[in-house]
Amino acid sequence: MSAPGVLARTPERRGARAWLANPWAETRFLWIVGIAYVAWTLLPVGEAVLFSFNKGRSITRWEGFSLRWYVSDPTGSVLHDPALQHAVVQSLKLASLTVAVTLPLGVAFALALHARRGPGSSSQNFLMMFSFVVPELILAVSLFLLVLDAFRFIGLGTQAQLIGLVVLALAYPVVIVRARLLSLGATYEEAAADLGASPMRTLGRVTLPLLGPSIFASGAIVFAFVLDDFVIVNQLSKDASTQTVAMAIYGAARTAPTPATNAIGTLMLVTSTVVITLAVVVQRRLARRTSAPAILGEPELAQAADSSAGS
Amino acid sequence: MSKEAGAAATRPWYWPGLAAPATVFLLLFFVFPFYVVLAVTFGSIDPILRQPVPAWNPATWNPAILSFTLSNIVHTDGLYEAAFVHTFVFVALATLLCLLIGYPMAYFLARRAGRYKAVFLALFFAPFWISYMLRLLAWRSLLADDGYVNRLLLGLHVIGSPYPFLQGKPLTLVLGLAYGYVPYMILPLYATLDRIPASLMEAGRDLGLSPARTFLHVTLPQSYQAILAGFVICMLPMFGDYFTQQLLADRANTRMVGNAIVDALTQPIFVQRGAALILVMLVLLIPPILYYLRSTRRATELAR
Repeated sequence: MSAPGVLARTPERRGARAWLANPWAETRFLWIVGIAYVAWTLLPVGEAVLFSFNKGRSITRWEGFSLRWYVSDPTGSVLHDPALQHAVVQSLKLASLTVAVTLPLGVAFALALHARRGPGSSSQNFLMMFSFVVPELILAVSLFLLVLDAFRFIGLGTQAQLIGLVVLALAYPVVIVRARLLSLGATYEEAAADLGASPMRTLGRVTLPLLGPSIFASGAIVFAFVLDDFVIVNQLSKDASTQTVAMAIYGAARTAPTPATNAIGTLMLVTSTVVITLAVVVQRRLARRTSAPAILGEPELAQAADSSAGS
Repeated sequence: MSKEAGAAATRPWYWPGLAAPATVFLLLFFVFPFYVVLAVTFGSIDPILRQPVPAWNPATWNPAILSFTLSNIVHTDGLYEAAFVHTFVFVALATLLCLLIGYPMAYFLARRAGRYKAVFLALFFAPFWISYMLRLLAWRSLLADDGYVNRLLLGLHVIGSPYPFLQGKPLTLVLGLAYGYVPYMILPLYATLDRIPASLMEAGRDLGLSPARTFLHVTLPQSYQAILAGFVICMLPMFGDYFTQQLLADRANTRMVGNAIVDALTQPIFVQRGAALILVMLVLLIPPILYYLRSTRRATELAR
């Protein structure tokens, strides 16, 4: 943002007394909103993480710190409950596979659409964006009917879950990579062409390296997004063998949750935080090397959010 | 536009083919499934196996189940009437709540967070990669009879005995929906408010408008489109949400359409009804989806 705005610079008395004198002054009110909002959205997460370390069986009453539900409880802890471990493995497996399928499909789609020459490119784009905003339940149920009544050879289970997740996540790399292509412009590709590079060589040696940061970022976003998915994965699951962490938390929450439920949730939270942080760091470093703006920098993040959520 | 043409000229004829794999994938697993929904809805039930038999040929489509479902939606005391009423009321209230919470937050992020902007943006984006199920689980324990919310309210003597937040209270469900989807409201609002030049507001003030009137006559009109986009993008996933109800208000009196659909699918003889409900939901949601896609497209073209 260019300037915080002149309105914010009107003379203000500082300190707690000024706040108490008039908490409804516009800027003060907005600061209260900002802090209250962050507390409202994140304090429950803090509570969930805290209770994964509870000594007792309760997830409402704190009885002291322990690692019981991670390692030491002989039956209920994550370390000793094969079902929970299986759920973690299934979540990670689905997230990695989805990234592996989504990135090539999505990046190729973005490249083709950016050229905007083929017949029907706008209807293809419409299709992609439609899949992006349609309620997930509609996707899940239509795929459920597809694998039960039409493509029976797929069947419920990991394959069906993977297909559903790819449909769900495909638009992310498309939107992010297209935004990057737009901001890059045609200069680099034209220079490569002028120097005699073939289109394929330009793609491999110039365009893809320049797109690297945004491809990496969209991979991380898809990974974190899929790790959290519930509706598709639950609807297309076969049995306990294809249960994911989100499903395990859902199931436990409705019956008898123990702090072990919080513990696997916390483990997933740590995983996705590490992935996103890694994405931001690696992406910034790559971006610096190619002297390109980082998509996950603050203003650019907003821009990516903007192109995905519209304005 | 010349730079587009210049770039296009360097690309070979087969270039648009790069879109083919994703397009074929979407046709097979996104478009065709909608036809399966139609074929199941207008199909029949195998009398022996008691499971749906899709009608692939539109000439043989039987509208009985769809009309059964529709009449149960519109008639008072119909099977699905209450679920539809609940869904519309809860989604409308939750979306409105999202706007009331989201607008000041977006305004704060865009204009008042100052040098802490990056910190607040990071905190704002955090819920996008924190499991929604984990957050719902947290609310379940916070709102339990012996949870911290009840203990706080008891301690402050606001209530005399624990309030049963989780026993099918519409209030809890509406708050839960708003909690889950408010970030989607903030995204477009933030993007728009961040882009309104500060000079525009200064101009308003220089012309003698009070801050409140500047907001009403300058800022707010500029964000109408973002508010509408936020409404749509908040509302769409809420229509398909059934797990928030299951975890925060699991009682018959708060059931939503999503619950009716998911329940129907668990019994093969009712699968047709589930498919018909999905069809109804899709038809109802296509207008807002089209509006949203058009408005984002216009925004992208303007930004170019």
